[in-house]
Amino acid sequence: MSTAISPARSGAPVTASRGLALRAADLVKTYPGRPPVRALDGLSVEVAAGTVFGLLGPNGAGKSTTVRILSTLSRADSGAAEVAGLDVARQPDQVRRRIGLVSQKPSSDPMATGRENLVLAGRLHGMSRRDAHRRAAELLERFRLTDAADRLARTYSGGMARKLDVAIGLMHRPEVLFLDEPTTGLDPEARAEMWAEIERLAVDHQTTVLLTTHYLEEADRLADRLAIVDHGRVVVEGSPEELKSALRGDRVRVELAEQDDTGRARSLVGGIAGVGEPVVEGRSLTARADDGAAAVPAVLAALDGAGIAVASVTVARPSLDDVYLSHVGRTFKEDEK
Amino acid sequence: MTALAHSGHLTGRQLRALTRQPAMFGFLLVQPVIWLLLFGQLFKNVIHIPGFAHTGSYLEFITPGVIVMTALFNSGWAGTVYIDDMARGVMDRLLASPVRRGSMIAGTLAYQAITTMLQTLVIFGIAYAAGARFPGAGEGIVTTLVAAALIGMIISSFSAAVALLVRQQEALIGISQFIVLPLQFLSSGIMDTRLSPSWVREVARFNPVDWAVVASREALSGSADWALVAGRLGLLAAVAAAIALLAAGAFRAYRRSI
Repeated sequence: MSTAISPARSGAPVTASRGLALRAADLVKTYPGRPPVRALDGLSVEVAAGTVFGLLGPNGAGKSTTVRILSTLSRADSGAAEVAGLDVARQPDQVRRRIGLVSQKPSSDPMATGRENLVLAGRLHGMSRRDAHRRAAELLERFRLTDAADRLARTYSGGMARKLDVAIGLMHRPEVLFLDEPTTGLDPEARAEMWAEIERLAVDHQTTVLLTTHYLEEADRLADRLAIVDHGRVVVEGSPEELKSALRGDRVRVELAEQDDTGRARSLVGGIAGVGEPVVEGRSLTARADDGAAAVPAVLAALDGAGIAVASVTVARPSLDDVYLSHVGRTFKEDEK
Repeated sequence: MTALAHSGHLTGRQLRALTRQPAMFGFLLVQPVIWLLLFGQLFKNVIHIPGFAHTGSYLEFITPGVIVMTALFNSGWAGTVYIDDMARGVMDRLLASPVRRGSMIAGTLAYQAITTMLQTLVIFGIAYAAGARFPGAGEGIVTTLVAAALIGMIISSFSAAVALLVRQQEALIGISQFIVLPLQFLSSGIMDTRLSPSWVREVARFNPVDWAVVASREALSGSADWALVAGRLGLLAAVAAAIALLAAGAFRAYRRSI
């Protein structure tokens, strides 16, 4: 039996990549079980330093597994993962000094106050007592937790606890911050506040943020670039604008008065020049149009001519929902069920 | 240095949490007192059985036994902090930070050792108030503190390992029921094993709980065989180190599962 001199890691070679804060190449991860679960199936992403990158996908798509591998918690079966040019499997200690992790679950100690949680996190990252106290006060102020600073974390509301989690993750000024579903379970008001905080993080471009979410709106608003993940692989990647413009034209949506008419309406609308891809959902018919405003009169005329009653017509630019539908083949809402 | 500092911070975290649960703190101190006085009265007369080798009162005989028993029960729950941390995201956050697994275990062991030694001092106080006197009090109390801390660390490490492997609070109840109780009664903690069946005596020779009781009682006697004391403490230290390593290794099982 001969010994392989340099066993090839499947996928791309590991090289330090300048300007990239995160790089995952061909990650594969299978969890044992009956049947085994293939959480990642050749996932690759690259995230430029100082940007907010969104991983969007339904539960079980592989978002959290990607975060666990990049944050040194879990090891990939194969593939390469780097943080700031450091291999997470070979240099985990150096990676850990550069990252902050805000996992899906609350990560504060309920029996310590907000301030104590922050100071302990700072001390564990090697900060002096004075620096840790100063930085904690700064973050408490910034996240508007100063009034609650000396109360036990277990008395915090959901929104406050989540802000404390993010503050803990930022305590040691990490180069890369992982935010694993930071707003899941928050009420709309707390979510809006968290979004504003994440936007502030992005503005100074000091910290690279990897954000996982299953809210389209969140990815659309916060991410400089995003990747839609499904079944453990990246389905499509780009800036929200790029992804939306890649779907040419506008979306024309017609609400019919009678459900029985949808079949006939679809063939009629599909036959109009400059209009295509008609899809029926309930009583509504959605189609792509090169120029939405110009298509509306033609659509109405065609339906009126066939005696089909129309309740309403709307024209919209493609949403991330449309992007999701066209790449994953299911609507995001179906995946949420 | 860093590893030590990390352990210190984590020990401080647990001590601080304890001071915020006065009921728990009170229970830690009251429970051994009940055992000491209850057992002390209940079995008061076993000392008169022919062959019972102890020369003082039964209260003096069982004081080291109750101290060790208290250390065992207290330590059985040491893994609770890991179960709570795993249920929340605290464990993941610590594992993705520069804190080493060894420091996490050491932080918990130091916390357990401190609470065990506090309890030990309280039990000695109650025993004295109830009339017990130890000829070798000075060296005896120091030895007992060390022995109790070591047996406490052994059970704590075991509890931590079980917590990391099974991740359920219920599993820790099993430690009390199936490990701690049998180990306690297969020792000379509350009964002179010379009066027990010979197999119990045989088993006790290999029982770390018995090593801790024997070392403590011997040092308190005032005419201690120091080679015997040092031998037992050495064995305890060796077992404590081995199980602590095992517990640090159990983190690997947790990481594989996430």
